[in-house]
Amino acid sequence: MNFLSLHRKIERHSGLLIFGILVVSSIGGLVQVLPIVLDDSHSAPAAGLAVYSPLELEGRDIYIRESCSTCHTQQVRPLLAEVKRYGPYSRAGEFAYDRPFLWGSKRTGPDLARVGGNYSDAWHHVHLLDPRAVVPASIMPAYPWLAQRDADQGRTIAARMRTLRMLGHPYSDADIAAAPAALEGETELDAVTAYLQSLGRSMQGTPQP
Amino acid sequence: MNYEDRIVTAFTACSVFWAVLGMLAGVYVAAELVWPTIDFGLPGLSFGRLRTLHTTLVLFGFGVSGLVATGLYSVQRTSHVRLFAPGLAWFVLYAWQLTIVLGGASILAGWNAGKEYAELEWPFDLAIAVAWVSFGVVFFGTIARRKMEAIYISNWFYGALIIVVAMLHIVNSLALPATFGKSYSLFAGAQDAVVQWWYGHNAVGFLLTGGFLGMLYYFLPKQAEQPIWSYRLSIVAFWAFVYTYIWAGPHHLHYHSIPEWVQSLGMAMSLILLAPSWATMVNGIMTVSAAAKKLRSDPALKFIVLSLAFYGLATFEGPMLAIKSVNVFSHFTEWTIGHVHSGALGWNALITFGTFYFLVPRLAGAPLYSARLANIHFWLALAGVMLYVLSMWGAGVSQGVLWLSLDKLGEVRFSFNDVMAAMKPYYLLRFIGGLLFLAGAVLMAVNLARTFSGRRTVVVAPPPAHAAKGLT
Repeated sequence: MNFLSLHRKIERHSGLLIFGILVVSSIGGLVQVLPIVLDDSHSAPAAGLAVYSPLELEGRDIYIRESCSTCHTQQVRPLLAEVKRYGPYSRAGEFAYDRPFLWGSKRTGPDLARVGGNYSDAWHHVHLLDPRAVVPASIMPAYPWLAQRDADQGRTIAARMRTLRMLGHPYSDADIAAAPAALEGETELDAVTAYLQSLGRSMQGTPQP
Repeated sequence: MNYEDRIVTAFTACSVFWAVLGMLAGVYVAAELVWPTIDFGLPGLSFGRLRTLHTTLVLFGFGVSGLVATGLYSVQRTSHVRLFAPGLAWFVLYAWQLTIVLGGASILAGWNAGKEYAELEWPFDLAIAVAWVSFGVVFFGTIARRKMEAIYISNWFYGALIIVVAMLHIVNSLALPATFGKSYSLFAGAQDAVVQWWYGHNAVGFLLTGGFLGMLYYFLPKQAEQPIWSYRLSIVAFWAFVYTYIWAGPHHLHYHSIPEWVQSLGMAMSLILLAPSWATMVNGIMTVSAAAKKLRSDPALKFIVLSLAFYGLATFEGPMLAIKSVNVFSHFTEWTIGHVHSGALGWNALITFGTFYFLVPRLAGAPLYSARLANIHFWLALAGVMLYVLSMWGAGVSQGVLWLSLDKLGEVRFSFNDVMAAMKPYYLLRFIGGLLFLAGAVLMAVNLARTFSGRRTVVVAPPPAHAAKGLT
């Protein structure tokens, strides 16, 4: 049977066509994506990687809400210039508690994978509320509402931590019970700052390659 | 039973509406990069949220509505039967448009799943899955009842769009809900990244490439009044496309914390992808070259031919950017944005515009309100996309080279802030390009609305059963 007569069958039978498309389009995913998904060593936590505290988690979820990863990557590539500019290159183990991952695809602003500890909390507060007050050429939006809103307004932090625990993040019952109180009196600005200060923490002290 | 074309009119109208609104959001975020304070401190106008709204509206509002409209139109005519389960088709219309309206509002309100081009939260993901599968039932149901012996090639592409996007959407959206508006991905870190770009790249592949190739394979021969140049080439290109595209996702993760072999495989497959992509382009160009005379007088055909040129450009640029040593410069820069828009504006939007200029007069049973306006639209669109793409090339290449530039001592030569500040003229040019493109889309909306105003969708019957088995 030559190739055209085989195809004559497929194109005259809608079931065969559907089946053919399913099979042919699945091969790549099965060979290339599935092995990564099944091999949990790709998201095994790096030594020294701590799970996000309630305040950091709240900050991370606000970072996602505002789509910060549209303009800020969290991925230092193993290139000399990038390591010089930002710090040690990123390792898979650093992102074990990142759901979803926030590597981003565009660097309109600088990479943030190693930003933790580089600036004071006070600097971040000013910068988030009025970026041009500290970086005159900045084109980052100002986020004045972060200072006006209490952290965890929806009172969902415990529910979120329980969900993450189901996915394997090591939160204890005590961690979850204490979380609402830990966010008491904090603003969203504090939460985002705490998250930013946590970035790259597990790699601090790692010698540069 | 007559063809069910009112649904085609409805989806076309929605598509045009979302095109204007989605591009308006795009132009606004482009302006925010030049004048960062024009969000006036309002969360809903903030860059991050508005840019997410922009991509959601143009992809799922404009793009998908246009694909469903043209898919439902062409599947009836290539099958010689009325749509299967028209009631379900109307359900798809309302479910899909409601999802875009409420989903768009949810993004402005801060609901965000955090995955690029899949930001809608889990309730919307479920709604999308239901509507999409219903679309599949209507589409394949129509094919199953066809009076024609062979399934025409445009339907293979629309079929691949439906099947593969369903697979990608369902897997990539797997998440555990914490609250009604917040869920966490089932995958973490590097694993999540690999799944996301398998989705992200193939949403481009099967929606923006495959789906629109379906549009091309039906509407180009109709407009050119020529059969497809090579049927055999279309078979080879189709299966090579379906097989190869799915492997190419990891080129979005070059030099990232994922295994080296995945990156290399993604790069190799991205290069191979050039062959089926260009095979289809050659097939299209050879088809239209037989109707070169018509090209001078028919604005709709001009749009489609220009879209083929941009298709060729974008599908050449893509594999080049997937080469690791090129990607090292282009990655994370405006070049990526330029590449996406040479595809999305130059290919997807232009072929859709051309198809609508062909389709709406037929649905209305009246000539286009103004061919002159359509010609002005053509030049606005061409100027807009060129300005957009050229400015982003300039910006992207500058960023790529300056960021990685080292001095004699091996230290970085340019501060990030200096490079960022140098982007301003490029951002201004891009804003102007986007504005021109949007202006053209508004002209089209007016033109099509005037063409249709006061009319109803023309009732068309399938050809009688004994007609020749040629394509309709």
